[in-house]
Amino acid sequence: MAFILTGVGVLACAILAFRAKRLLISAIWLALTSALVALLLYLLGGPHIAVIELSVGAGLVTVLFVFAINISGEEVLDAESVLPKPYAWGSLVIAAGLALFLILKTLGIVSFPVDVAKTSMINWDGRFLDFILQVVLIFAGVLGVLGILASGKNESGKEGQE
Amino acid sequence: MNIPAPLVVLIVVLGLAGIGLYCVLASRNLIKVIIGLQILVKGVVVAFMLAAHLTQNENFGQTLALTIIVADTIVAVVGLSLAVQIRLRTGSLDVKSISSLKR
Repeated sequence: MAFILTGVGVLACAILAFRAKRLLISAIWLALTSALVALLLYLLGGPHIAVIELSVGAGLVTVLFVFAINISGEEVLDAESVLPKPYAWGSLVIAAGLALFLILKTLGIVSFPVDVAKTSMINWDGRFLDFILQVVLIFAGVLGVLGILASGKNESGKEGQE
Repeated sequence: MNIPAPLVVLIVVLGLAGIGLYCVLASRNLIKVIIGLQILVKGVVVAFMLAAHLTQNENFGQTLALTIIVADTIVAVVGLSLAVQIRLRTGSLDVKSISSLKR
């Protein structure tokens, strides 16, 4: 029952995030989606990743979205999309069909080896290089934030010159 | 009515991936495209945890999902900073305004 309620909530919030006209409202629905996804991850037996999803997905990313929307301003684009709607729907149906086929096939046939180890051991012993790469990625993210911040400075500098 | 939990989560995964993909394909607002990308990746993370849950290998699933969340956050940050720069240079968040190379 908990799975059904959470699942319906996740899908409803995702649809509302897509349908909302104002970007700020859309970002807030996305944060709610993220919180419910964190609950779903907890129900699936992943408490660590649920906490990280909640703090990063619902916290950090939402703050970044609100920040970026504040800088760039609300802009409601009601015009037709670049891609014709039927093509978008068609590719969606094809992708969903392929995904369903692959998932069902995999669940039925392949069985993975059960190798129970602690999360921290897998992180630091088994996937050490991946972890280093993640640190590099986080630095790239810091540079990205600098990119957002630098833009405001540039603009004010130009205005000053004019 | 007794629906098995994995089936419910599978429907959520496909729903999130579908909504995200449609949002990426059909939106013209750059920030909306990034929101779609976020929804899509949330579906992927849930799919990983579902697979880990079904194979009783939750810890491995969690480390992989951690990598996905980190990469996805960086994608959002870089995408948002690009969107802000494009907005400041072209004055619009419209996807069509970037395709000036065509002309």
